[in-house]
Amino acid sequence: MKLAVVVQRYGADINGGAELHARYVAEHLSQHADVHVLTTCARDYVTWRDEYEPGVETINGVPVRRFRVDHPRDPHVFGRWSNRVFHHLHSHNDELKWLDAEGPKSTALLRHLRSPHAGYDYVFFFSYRYYHSYHGARTLPSRAILVPTAERDEAIGLGLSPRVFRSVRALMYNSHEEMRLIQAVSGNHDVPSTIVGIGSEIPLRTQADRFRKKYGITGRFALYVGRIDQNKGCKELFSFFLNGLSSLPKGLQLVLIGKEMLPIPDHPRIRHLGFLADQDKFDALAACDLLVMPSYYESLSMVALEAWALGKPVLANGKCEVLRGQCIRSQAGLYYETQAEFTETLRAISESRGLNAAFSANGRRFFQQHYAWPVIEQKYLDILAQLKEADARGACIRGMEPEPGWIAKRRKSLPPANDVLAALPFGPVLN
Amino acid sequence: MADLNIRTDAVDVEQIMRQIRARIESKRGVDYTEEQIQELASVKLERFLDPKGVRSNLVEHFKRARDRKSEPFQPEQYGVDANDLYGSSRGLIRFVRKLFHPILKLLLNTNRLVQVLHQQSVINRLYEQEFHHVREKSQQRDEVDVLYYELVHNLVLELTRVGIENRNLKMRLESLSSRMDFDERRARALETVVQYRPGTGPSREPQPPRARPSHEDRQAPQSRPAPPPAPEASMAQPQAAPPPDAAPADAAGESNTARRRRRRRRGRRGGKGRTPGELMASDGTAAELGSPDDSPTPPHGDPTGDAALDEGPDADFGDGSGEEPDPSAR
Repeated sequence: MKLAVVVQRYGADINGGAELHARYVAEHLSQHADVHVLTTCARDYVTWRDEYEPGVETINGVPVRRFRVDHPRDPHVFGRWSNRVFHHLHSHNDELKWLDAEGPKSTALLRHLRSPHAGYDYVFFFSYRYYHSYHGARTLPSRAILVPTAERDEAIGLGLSPRVFRSVRALMYNSHEEMRLIQAVSGNHDVPSTIVGIGSEIPLRTQADRFRKKYGITGRFALYVGRIDQNKGCKELFSFFLNGLSSLPKGLQLVLIGKEMLPIPDHPRIRHLGFLADQDKFDALAACDLLVMPSYYESLSMVALEAWALGKPVLANGKCEVLRGQCIRSQAGLYYETQAEFTETLRAISESRGLNAAFSANGRRFFQQHYAWPVIEQKYLDILAQLKEADARGACIRGMEPEPGWIAKRRKSLPPANDVLAALPFGPVLN
Repeated sequence: MADLNIRTDAVDVEQIMRQIRARIESKRGVDYTEEQIQELASVKLERFLDPKGVRSNLVEHFKRARDRKSEPFQPEQYGVDANDLYGSSRGLIRFVRKLFHPILKLLLNTNRLVQVLHQQSVINRLYEQEFHHVREKSQQRDEVDVLYYELVHNLVLELTRVGIENRNLKMRLESLSSRMDFDERRARALETVVQYRPGTGPSREPQPPRARPSHEDRQAPQSRPAPPPAPEASMAQPQAAPPPDAAPADAAGESNTARRRRRRRRGRRGGKGRTPGELMASDGTAAELGSPDDSPTPPHGDPTGDAALDEGPDADFGDGSGEEPDPSAR
C-alpha cells in the first residue's frame, strides 16, 4: 500500500504540533506501508518562505518530497482577509482569497498529487485550515483522509471548512471535543472516522537527578513546556502563580521550558531554561511535581500525554475544553479557570500525596490504553483496512461538493466565521 | 489538603473540583467571577467616603422647596353674551345687526350658541390655569429630586461608613472575647492549683509573684538552693500562711518537710510524677505555658509558678499552647 502524508512543513527540527504529529505518524506507518511525505520548502510558519531545498530527501527512513511555495505570506494582506471573513458578511471567493493569503500555497504540490504517476492509495492531509488540505482534498476526494487538528478558532466557522469535512473519505480526530466540534459545524456523521490522537516517543529511562544537577534546580517545581506566549496562556499563568505565591506550598517553583515570546517575570521562584533537547525535556518531566498547561486552545496536548506517560499529574486551563475533557477522562489531572482555583488545585496536587499517586497511576494507564504507539498504529491500520474493503466492494466513493456558481461565489451571503464559532457547542465531552 | 476526600483507587476529578470550588466559595462567601472581583477591587472607597460633598444646609433647602406654594387657582370670570355677539364699536354695523337680529333668531338659536361659547371659554381658562400649575409643580419636583439624590448619596455614604465601623467593632469584640476566654481559663486553672495545695486556704492573701523555675530546675529540685525571698515577700507572708500560734521558723521547716514529703511521693509515683510541664514539653507546646512574661498575676491564690506547674491541671488550658490567642487569626 502506497501512502502519502501531506503537511505544510516537515523536518526533524520542526516541533510544531501538527508537523510533529505528521512526522510521528509517517515514521510509524512506514513500518506497515510505503509512506511518502509531501511538503513545502517552508520552515517558518509565519512567512512560509522557502528555506529547504526542493526535491526528495530521507528523514528517519521516510522519503520526503519538498515543493516550492508560490509566494511567502504577506501578513498585511492576510490580516485584511482574516478580518473580512472572520468578522463580516463575505463571499465564497473571499474565503478562497483568505486561504491563498494564509499559505503555504504550492501549486507544484497539487500538480504532483494530480499526476497519474503518483499512484497513492490513500493520502493523509494534516491540518484542515491550509491550502494543501482544501485543494488537495478536492483533487483526490476518494483517497483523502483528513487529520484535521482543529481547535476552537475562527477558521472552523468558514464556509470552506464543512465542505472539506463532508467530502473526504475518512477523518482521524485527536479528541472527542474535536469530533463534536467538526460534526456540529459540518454534519458529517456519515463520514468514517475514529478518535486517534497521537503517541509519543517516551524514553525507557529518565534521569530526574541528572536534570536537577545540570540546571541547578532543587526542591519541588511545577513545569511548563511549550512556547512561552500569551496565546498559550502564559501571561495568565505568571499572574496566577505570582499572585498566589503566599498560598502555594513553600518553595514550589515554576520552571519554564521553551522559546520565550513573552517577557518572563523576574522572580526567584520562576526559572526559564530555554529550549531543551528531548532527553532533557523528559528528564524535566520526570523531576517535576506536575505539569501546567495554561493554553486556551489545544486540539491535543502532546506534552500533557507525555507527562501522563511518565506518571505526572497535569494542571490544565479549564477554559480549554479539550484539556479539561482529557483531565476528566483520564482522571489524572485537575483544571482551573480562576486565580482561586489555580491556587487551590496547585496546592491539592502538590500537597496531597494520595491524590498525586492516584493521578500518577491513572495517567500511566490512560496513556497506555489510548496513546501508546501500538494502539495508535492499529487505529490507522484499521481505518485503512476499512476503506480498502469499501473500495473493493465499490461502495462509498465520495466526490467533493461542487463549487458554487459564478454569481453564488461572489454573493456576500456567508456569515462571519466568529458568529458561526460562537454558536458551536462548548465544553468537555464526558460521555 | 487534608480535607479533600481522596481515595487513591477511585479518583473522581469532577468531585475533587466540586470540593475545591465549594471550599473557595466558603472562604469568600460568594462565588464571584474574576471580573466581578476585579471590578470590586478597582472601586475606590474614597468615592463613597468623601465628606466634602455633604451639604450642611440640606434640610433648609428641603423646607424651602416644600414651603414654596403655588398661587391658588382662580379662573378668570368672563363670558360671552348677546352683546359680545352683536355689539360693535361702529354704530352703523351695530344698527344693521340689530335690524337683522329677528331674522337671525328665526333661522337659528343664538342663545344656545352664546351659552356654549361661554362654557367653552371657561373650560379653556381652566385648562390654562391647570397647565401653569402642573408646570410649576414639575419645576419644584426637579429641584427636590436633586435634593433627594443628594440625600440618598449621603445615606449611602453614612451606611458604608457605619458598615465599616461595624466590622471593625466586630473584630475588636472578637478579639476582646478571645482574650477574656483565655484569661478566664487561666484564672480557673490557677484557682484549682491554689485549692489543691496542702496547708493553703481560699482566704489566704495573694503573695507576690515569684520567678518560675526553668524546666531543668524542676528536673532536679533537690540540688537547687532555696531561692532568696523577695523583699516584699519577707515583709508579707513568705509562704503559705502559718497558723497564728506557730513561729515563723517552724512554719518554714514544716513547709520544707511537706515539700520534701511531696517530692518523695512523686518519686514513688515514677512516670506519674512528671509535671504537666514536662508532659507538655514532650509534645513541644509547654514552652509558653504560664510564662511569667506574658501571664498576669491571678486575682487570688498562690501565683507561684512552682505550684502551678507542679500540680495545676493543664486540661483547662484548652489547646495547650498557653499563648494568648491572636485575634487576627480568627
